[in-house]
Amino acid sequence: MPELFMPPDVDAAREYFRAKPRRMESKLTSVAEAVAQYLHDGDYIAIGGFGTNRIPTAVLHEIVRQGRKNLGVSGHTATHDFQILAAVGAMDRVDVAYVVGLEARGLSRSARRMFEEGRLRVTEWSNAALAWRYLAAAMGVPFLPARVMLGTDTQAYSAAKEIFCPFTGIKLLAVPALYPDLAVIHVHQADVYGNARIEGIGVSDFELARAAKRLIITCERLVPPEEIRRQPTRTSIPYFLVDAVCEVPYGSYPGNMPYEYFSDEVHLGQWLEAEEDPAVLAAFLDKYIYGTRGFADYLELCGGSQRLQQLRRQELLISANGDASSAQGGQQR
Amino acid sequence: MSSAALEYNPMELMISVAARYLEDGATVVVGTGAPCAAAMLAQKLYSPNLMIMFEAGGIGPLLPSMPISVGDSRTFYRGVAASSMPEIMGLCQRGIVDYCFLGGAQMDQYGNLNSTVIGSHARPKVRLPGSGGANDLASLAWRTMVITPQDRRRFVPKVDFVTSPGYLTGKGAREAAGLPPGTGPYKVITNLAAIGFDADSCRMVVESLHPGVDRDTVAASTGFELLWSDELTQTEPPTADELQILRQEVDPLRYIIGRA
Repeated sequence: MPELFMPPDVDAAREYFRAKPRRMESKLTSVAEAVAQYLHDGDYIAIGGFGTNRIPTAVLHEIVRQGRKNLGVSGHTATHDFQILAAVGAMDRVDVAYVVGLEARGLSRSARRMFEEGRLRVTEWSNAALAWRYLAAAMGVPFLPARVMLGTDTQAYSAAKEIFCPFTGIKLLAVPALYPDLAVIHVHQADVYGNARIEGIGVSDFELARAAKRLIITCERLVPPEEIRRQPTRTSIPYFLVDAVCEVPYGSYPGNMPYEYFSDEVHLGQWLEAEEDPAVLAAFLDKYIYGTRGFADYLELCGGSQRLQQLRRQELLISANGDASSAQGGQQR
Repeated sequence: MSSAALEYNPMELMISVAARYLEDGATVVVGTGAPCAAAMLAQKLYSPNLMIMFEAGGIGPLLPSMPISVGDSRTFYRGVAASSMPEIMGLCQRGIVDYCFLGGAQMDQYGNLNSTVIGSHARPKVRLPGSGGANDLASLAWRTMVITPQDRRRFVPKVDFVTSPGYLTGKGAREAAGLPPGTGPYKVITNLAAIGFDADSCRMVVESLHPGVDRDTVAASTGFELLWSDELTQTEPPTADELQILRQEVDPLRYIIGRA
């Protein structure tokens, strides 16, 4: 039987959130401290963004560096984020909607190995199902009815259950609320209290931020609290949901950060290549993660400010000679 | 058609053929790659009011180039909205989305798609990414389109895993499973033919053969028995306009059309 890794105990969640501190105080900390304090072996984790877009890379590296193990992972389009954790086998169970692949770039060999060698407990879902599982948790209800996955093996290998609508009689799929132990979300701006702004698509982070028991925010830049209050419309995540705030410039690298920098397809390609051979991967991890003191070192190794400047121009569709180019500003590989 | 035959590759053909099905004013959720190229081509040539959406939240972008991820910033570049996954999936579930475009490692005669595993689920020979949003789109969009190369490895009697629903086991099976009525696979565009689905049996029926392709080649490239339309036609090859826009505006760096 497919496992339901995180039962939708809404009353236990209410008790948890009742006790969660709500003081508006600084939660500013380092990535290393945030991971040490808020992520434990065996915890169930969900990563915000979309695989190679607006991901909290610094926290993922730190999880590797601190050697967390036996994690549960929500695989709501987890691509490079999943790849980093799979490279060290940090997880032992996964709710899969989309993992292993990095979209058009190819399949992660480390992630494939974990599945193909039977090292993971696996339950299948779809992206909408996982997004709605976050939404159910955010609403504080044990499930939401949905019209997806029905009739397929995706349903058969999931932990969802069929129900009938009490009003219309139609068959529905009940997807259970998912309260991750920890969510990590990278945002554009935050204040020290954790009030956070996301620019561009939200993916499922509005719901995830409200579903997670603990929440680490990494941000491109800190802004003064007065800036948050000046435009409250822009607040995506209010401070009382947040446990830790870390300022990590270029924190989504090598992923894309909307309006800031494009994904580094060269470095993402190096990851996929290194994974083909375990010895090469070990050296790669030594160089880029274990051998670095933190994210700034990693950025330096990947080309530093010069490379980031290129990726910024690429994101903003500015060609090498300074022209705004509407047609060709695509991916440099 | 001009008298001098135009040169094109199979990818350019598939994209051009797919683009012709997307009527003006329709809504379509696409992924990266060929589906996105087809939607862009349709928008530039046939259907200026085609509303393109991406599952991660992008709505109505004026795509400056091919996105590399369905969640990258190109997917909402100069768009009408930068929304969210729950928003897009809600639009699908409410019946606002006309078309979705999918692919898969395997497909059967009912259009059921496998993008989860080759081999057994417990110990797969190859673990593939899984549903992502594919199951959701195939469940909820009115019409599912597929662009795929056609061979016996992909067109199989039984898929190893039904990731995304086609017509499941045949007529009425989707509705019996609880999927919204009136939805399902619509067209499968391959390098050999354009294929629809028989209204009674819900099995694949070949509607048109691409230039230079005969029935035997299509049958030999398929691992199950195909039905043949009584009005079997020959596919119009890509037009000069289609090829020009595809090469110069949609995919000038040949990321997709260069793969053929």
